[in-house]
Amino acid sequence: MNTNKKIVLACIDGSALTNAVCDYSAWIAQRVDVPLKLLHTIDHHHEKAANTDLSGNIGMDSREHLLEDMADQEQEQSKIRLQQGKVVLAEAKERAIQAGITDPLTRLQHGNLLESLSDIEQDIRVLVIGARGKQHEDQENEIGAKIDALIRSLHRPILVAYEAFKTPEQIMIAYDGSEAADKAVDMVATSPLYKGLVCHLVCVSKKDSSGTLLEQAASKLRAAGDIEIITASLQGKAEEELCTYQSTHNIDMTIMGAFSHTRLHDILLGSFTHKMLLKTKKPLLLLR
Amino acid sequence: MLLLSKKQDWLGNVRGDLLAGTVVALALIPEAIAFSIIAGVDPKVGLYASFCIAVITALIGGRPGMISAATGAMALLMVTLVKDHGLQYLLAATLLTGVFQIIAGYLKLGSLMSFISRSVVTGFVNALAILIFMAQLPELTNVSWHVYAMTAGGLGIIYLFPYVPFIGKSIPSPLVCITVLSGLAVYLQLDIRTVGDMGELPDTLPIFLWPEVPLNLETLKIILPYSLPLAVVGLLESLMTATIVDDLTDTSSDKNRECKGQGIANIGAGLLGGMAGCAMIGQSVINVKSGGRGRLSTMVAGVFLLIMVVFLDEWIKQIPMAALVAVMIMVSIGTFSWGSIIDLKHHPLSTNIIMLSTVTVVVWTHNLALGVFVGVLLGALFFANKISHFMYVESSFDEPTDTRSYEVVGQVFFNSADKFTNSFDFKEAVSKVVIDLQRAHFWDISSVGALDKVVIKFRREGAEVEVIGLNEASTTIIDRFGVHDKPEEIEKVMGGH
Repeated sequence: MNTNKKIVLACIDGSALTNAVCDYSAWIAQRVDVPLKLLHTIDHHHEKAANTDLSGNIGMDSREHLLEDMADQEQEQSKIRLQQGKVVLAEAKERAIQAGITDPLTRLQHGNLLESLSDIEQDIRVLVIGARGKQHEDQENEIGAKIDALIRSLHRPILVAYEAFKTPEQIMIAYDGSEAADKAVDMVATSPLYKGLVCHLVCVSKKDSSGTLLEQAASKLRAAGDIEIITASLQGKAEEELCTYQSTHNIDMTIMGAFSHTRLHDILLGSFTHKMLLKTKKPLLLLR
Repeated sequence: MLLLSKKQDWLGNVRGDLLAGTVVALALIPEAIAFSIIAGVDPKVGLYASFCIAVITALIGGRPGMISAATGAMALLMVTLVKDHGLQYLLAATLLTGVFQIIAGYLKLGSLMSFISRSVVTGFVNALAILIFMAQLPELTNVSWHVYAMTAGGLGIIYLFPYVPFIGKSIPSPLVCITVLSGLAVYLQLDIRTVGDMGELPDTLPIFLWPEVPLNLETLKIILPYSLPLAVVGLLESLMTATIVDDLTDTSSDKNRECKGQGIANIGAGLLGGMAGCAMIGQSVINVKSGGRGRLSTMVAGVFLLIMVVFLDEWIKQIPMAALVAVMIMVSIGTFSWGSIIDLKHHPLSTNIIMLSTVTVVVWTHNLALGVFVGVLLGALFFANKISHFMYVESSFDEPTDTRSYEVVGQVFFNSADKFTNSFDFKEAVSKVVIDLQRAHFWDISSVGALDKVVIKFRREGAEVEVIGLNEASTTIIDRFGVHDKPEEIEKVMGGH
């Protein structure tokens, strides 16, 4: 895998979490030594009509006039948003430079965030995004409307930031013995991101076999070296237990596989990832 | 697959779509009735068609927010079929039209639209506007002065009502026109023609019917000459309209899906007793202007139209034809590209000829497909003619070796082949001739034939002939252009020009 060209991509929108997103992405970029790119998209919502004229008639060249009017209106709005976007990016860039990134890339792009990300997916090493965008800024218990769909459609590690940055020292892997969880363990074992951190390997399960699986995973991680492993087996409701563990053990970041089930399963039974996204207060690194 | 659509296509603009759909439905009713009258069928045929086509294209069309229903372009093509063979054959032809359009969708013929130049599109809409206007003339000849007064008054209401403060922009002016004129006609008890005189209106929901035609070759022979142009015109107008809506809303659409959608919509219309239809330029513009963007607007337009005509049929019967004529004149004015008349002054002559020929042929034959065909053909010929000017031959003479060298630069193809041949001086007596083709492009077999001719002529005059760079020059002959699509490949072939 050619990781040299890949980038850490920070999705920023100027909301409260923008600084956290900047800091986390800068931290990751420095640790894995790849360039950092700051992305801001201007979504135009063309599916929504700006104004309505119900007079229902068409006159001479109304097609041309309508186009002209709509273009004029959108130009004004777009100019403002373009300006705002530039400011947001400039501030983020400044912050990233202060965090120690020598030359952060910036990109201002028109269009839907999800589509823009899908287009450059192959260049992304890690994506960093805030849990809430502008629309849900004040709703502490909500997550952004796009987060779910975004995580589902991108097959890259995604860090979801919830609060201001705190340099991760203790991290937790939510381990359930599943294929996705094993993959997560493998990725942690091979990535330079986690070197020198304390890693809690936590399993919430009723099964007896989980203990041995946990040990296997732990030894795999230990073999990778330079990472301190603490294992814990818990019982109860997974998302609640994990969040309690998070706060009692000062976990700074939680790593887990995401959306490993089919969409139908999730619609019927609810998705664990979604529950975690809603419940957690600490950054969540989702591995796919 | 066809049913898959994004949630935002349906629910991204609910309020705007509901309002716009309602406005469009109100405008669709007079149009559907008027186009049924053009085609020579009962108004219910056009109304059922409009309902069915609008609903189906809302569900599966490729362009959210575009309005499709019974249209004038299609109605004009079916006049003689209805006159000679009756409604049932029209329904059968409608089914076949749908089948052709679905096939076109799967063959991705939507991309052929790129051959239709801007001038042809302008000619198409102008011709359509003229035909819609002309179709109103029978309602305006041999009638009492009341009709003229009402039509003029109706147009006045349509264009002036929006300037009324507060309510002007929230009540569709065509609706005001129809209501006022109907009220006036009833109140004054005027003896003028009304919609009720034009044939049956729908009094029930549409029912599923298989056209009562014998399933044999004879039937096919009758309907095929109608179905093909119907399919072509339907797709042309639909794809043109889709492009217009794309531009207006700054979004993109799936043209091939639209072809399939139109086809299925026409099959649905044929089975529910409706005539063939397609997308409507005027109505789609009204929809966008009214704030319609999503699939919901088209769906609302269709459903609301049906509800209104089924439950208000007693009222609709009383609408005077003059009101309808006023609405249709508005549609005609709104469809015509008035800017194109001013553009005639500063557009190149070839462009003007293409536009005007398209209009002339359509107005003369009442067949938009023929007009577009003529326009595209002329466009291709003018283009070939222009490109043929991009060829010249330079020559130099080398005394010591008695050699005449010709260097050919530019495009050699069927149209410039004669010019190519005439560029050589066969009268000059030299012992050697060098023809350098390194900067020339041979586009077809005609150009190779012309070169052969030149070489043979020189040899007959006793000269030794050397041709340089034939391989490079003829790389452009091949039909598989896929390999040349990369910039560096194009540079290799076209380099130096």
